[in-house]
Amino acid sequence: MSNHQESLSIGYNYQDETDTIQKAALALFAVGLLLLVLPLFSFNPEVNTFFLWGGTTLSTLALLLYFFRTYQKSHPGVRNNGVWLRGSTSRGKIAWVTAVVLTGFYIILYWFPQYLGNLIEALNPTSQWLRGKPADHWFLYGSFYTLAILVMGVRAILKYRHSPYQIIRTISVMLFQFLFAYLIPAFLMLLNEPEFYFSYFWPLKYDYLFPGTLGYLAKEPGALGVFMVFWSVIISLIGVPILTYFFGKRWYCSWVCGCGGLAETAGDPYRQLSDKSRKAWKYEVAIIYPILGFIVLTTLLLWLNSMLGGWILGSLSNGFSQAYGFFIGAIFSGVIGVGFYPIMGSRVWCRFGCPMAAYLGLLQKHFSRFRITTNGGQCISCGNCSTYCEMGIDVRWYAQQGKPIIRASCVGCGMCATVCPRGVLNLETGPQEGRYMPTNLISPENIRILN
Amino acid sequence: MHVVVIGNGVTGITAAITIRKLSATHQITVISSESEHFFSRTALMYVYMGHMQYQHIKPYEDWFWPENNINLQQGQVTYIDVEQKQVLLDDQATLNFDKLLIATGSKPNILNLPGKELNGVQGFYSLNDLQTLEANSKDVNRAVLVGGGLIGIELAEMLYTRCIPVSFLVREEHYWGSVLPKEESQMIQSHILAHGIDLHLKAEVEEILGDASGKVSGVRTKSGEVIPCQLVGLGIGVFPNIDLIRNCGIKTNRGILVNEYLETNIPDIFAAGDCAELEKPDQQKVVEQLWYTGRMQGETVAYSICGTRKKYERGIWFNSAKFFDIEYQTYGKVSARLGPEEGTLLWQHPNRKKSIRINYLLHTQEVIGFNLLGIRYRHEVCERWIREKKTLDFVLKHLKEANFDPEFYRRYEKEVLRKFNEQFTATFALKDKG
Repeated sequence: MSNHQESLSIGYNYQDETDTIQKAALALFAVGLLLLVLPLFSFNPEVNTFFLWGGTTLSTLALLLYFFRTYQKSHPGVRNNGVWLRGSTSRGKIAWVTAVVLTGFYIILYWFPQYLGNLIEALNPTSQWLRGKPADHWFLYGSFYTLAILVMGVRAILKYRHSPYQIIRTISVMLFQFLFAYLIPAFLMLLNEPEFYFSYFWPLKYDYLFPGTLGYLAKEPGALGVFMVFWSVIISLIGVPILTYFFGKRWYCSWVCGCGGLAETAGDPYRQLSDKSRKAWKYEVAIIYPILGFIVLTTLLLWLNSMLGGWILGSLSNGFSQAYGFFIGAIFSGVIGVGFYPIMGSRVWCRFGCPMAAYLGLLQKHFSRFRITTNGGQCISCGNCSTYCEMGIDVRWYAQQGKPIIRASCVGCGMCATVCPRGVLNLETGPQEGRYMPTNLISPENIRILN
Repeated sequence: MHVVVIGNGVTGITAAITIRKLSATHQITVISSESEHFFSRTALMYVYMGHMQYQHIKPYEDWFWPENNINLQQGQVTYIDVEQKQVLLDDQATLNFDKLLIATGSKPNILNLPGKELNGVQGFYSLNDLQTLEANSKDVNRAVLVGGGLIGIELAEMLYTRCIPVSFLVREEHYWGSVLPKEESQMIQSHILAHGIDLHLKAEVEEILGDASGKVSGVRTKSGEVIPCQLVGLGIGVFPNIDLIRNCGIKTNRGILVNEYLETNIPDIFAAGDCAELEKPDQQKVVEQLWYTGRMQGETVAYSICGTRKKYERGIWFNSAKFFDIEYQTYGKVSARLGPEEGTLLWQHPNRKKSIRINYLLHTQEVIGFNLLGIRYRHEVCERWIREKKTLDFVLKHLKEANFDPEFYRRYEKEVLRKFNEQFTATFALKDKG
């Protein structure tokens, strides 16, 4: 090796410099988006379908080109350069514009779907082919939701390509969304079977244990309906605790769930925006557990009601579904949960609102082999782990004391371990005994004693 | 009992927190001229690279200090009156103490060269240096970094993320040659070069050149080469920051001289961390300048301050770093050059981004140290093996227990074993038990 390698540094392709290919890809992406919204102003269904498909294809390919180019230039490794220097990922102007657009989309989707009429119509041929029925706004939403997870999933795989854990986990959320939350429900409809999501469970899909839903499924002709009842009950009540005991909450929240899937892929650029303060934690606990309690109580009441022939609640079930669906489903998980990604981070719904996360969290905290281990005394308190925790856990608080991290909210995405510059954190499973034991190579600073 | 701590770095803050843990009644005041709150010095580079903002590198939220009754005071200490037990601050205020801990940390070394005072020549140690670097690295065509250690490579990575071409001057024959064995060093060098860094080995600066406005315009090396640049970053080590202590009657050498209990020659005055120079019973004197030693000394000195004298014991050596994307962990003793009694087993991944080195004593086969690049090992396990003087074959048979890589990562125990068997075919071979 020569001592002087000047030639290497001349004309070097810096990974953080946006080059011509990246700029061109971004321009094409913008053109694709424009094509995509043209159907809103046109009335010929065939032209609309062309615009919709053309725009979607162009913007998807352009975005993929952009990501490939971006990560092709960089060495495999942690690439968070400039995250807090760019407005788009640090609550700057672009972030606010993105948030307003996303929120606006959700408001139209939930309350004014008639304005999406042309887009929905343009998707009719696809819907007919896939599901055997005309498109509606939920099909439009589901299609773009799935596309977002797939495209941004490719980005996540490229970005974290040095980490097999992140690659496999990302492929998992992509597959679960595409197969279990998109293709299979559509296929079931094509076969005139009930629209059923095998990857969603009570209490997230709260009505999957309601007597009404189970009764309706059980009455379906053929064995599939009965299997769906069996699946719902077994997984929600037995599968969830068993899987959580062995793997922690992550098996669902960051490997299977569609909400988690969107957060881990489309939400990845925003994970650092979650609030790490103690105040935010207090809100979290005060909101998420009452929501879980509310669902558990309602489910029990509905069963009691059904067993007693309906004289307690009458037809409350419907009213409940509508009210909860509106406040929790629409406003919380949609408008705030996704619309505010660029401002509040990618897991607002999962952290503050999701009853499934609350249920899994309680199991993880008290009945699980899962923990994040701190490697002896190697922590340098830098704060990368806390900053990139999408659930707002102050991981460093534990790591710098040599303590394992066992928190109800942890979804096990593994990003703290990925971004740690000293290899201090590791997601592990092991015997429950001694799970909370800190390392003996460092003395815990366990003090907050005065309050 | 009023304890005053000068310095809010990891040593001073660990001491303050440990004192609070030991006693709810001690009055604690921490003085700093650098920042209002404790921040992680090791994370300053990530603020420049945009991974985090300043608020993120503060390990404790601001409520932590009032809630735990630790007073934070900003100010520059100008004098310590050891007779009156008073600390004088630059705003003429005085502070009485019953016990005093000096934890003033380090200052970057400045090269004693022509041109060292030019604008655009700086070290990288403090919060202030970070701000200076923000200003100095605007409109820069090339930066020259001097010093082949950790600060040098951190600066190289930082400037790399801002797309600033860098010439990196290393005095030794290999990068960080005083610490790293040649093979590890070469792996890191090729990684440095792959980032387009213009690496010069065996290169030393003769003179820093400036323009008419007093701004740096280049450096001239001892071999006569002139490298035009607008920024010179110095990463040539640090020295104890004890200027204010020198005329107070507290004994100093390179640092503040302390015994094993971290006590100075004046009763009730202690020193710990980078600024302290430890006089061991065997007359050996050491200044330790690591994050980890700072933390440990801060913890130890808190016990002495609270009346339970505790000896500072470094324990089995460990350290860590990251060279661009390559993580480095070391446990025990792995010197740059093998001692006469030492043997080494080195496995390197063919793509040269991962390596495992295990050093041992030739006559007893006991393992004395690990060097890891791109692979994570468990601190507890390595520490225990070294402490219990486990032999090389024991360690190789149990190597899986040491691995700390994430799930789904490839493991390399078999390769290490194969390497061992190649190296020792003549003597004895170990069976791989899967």
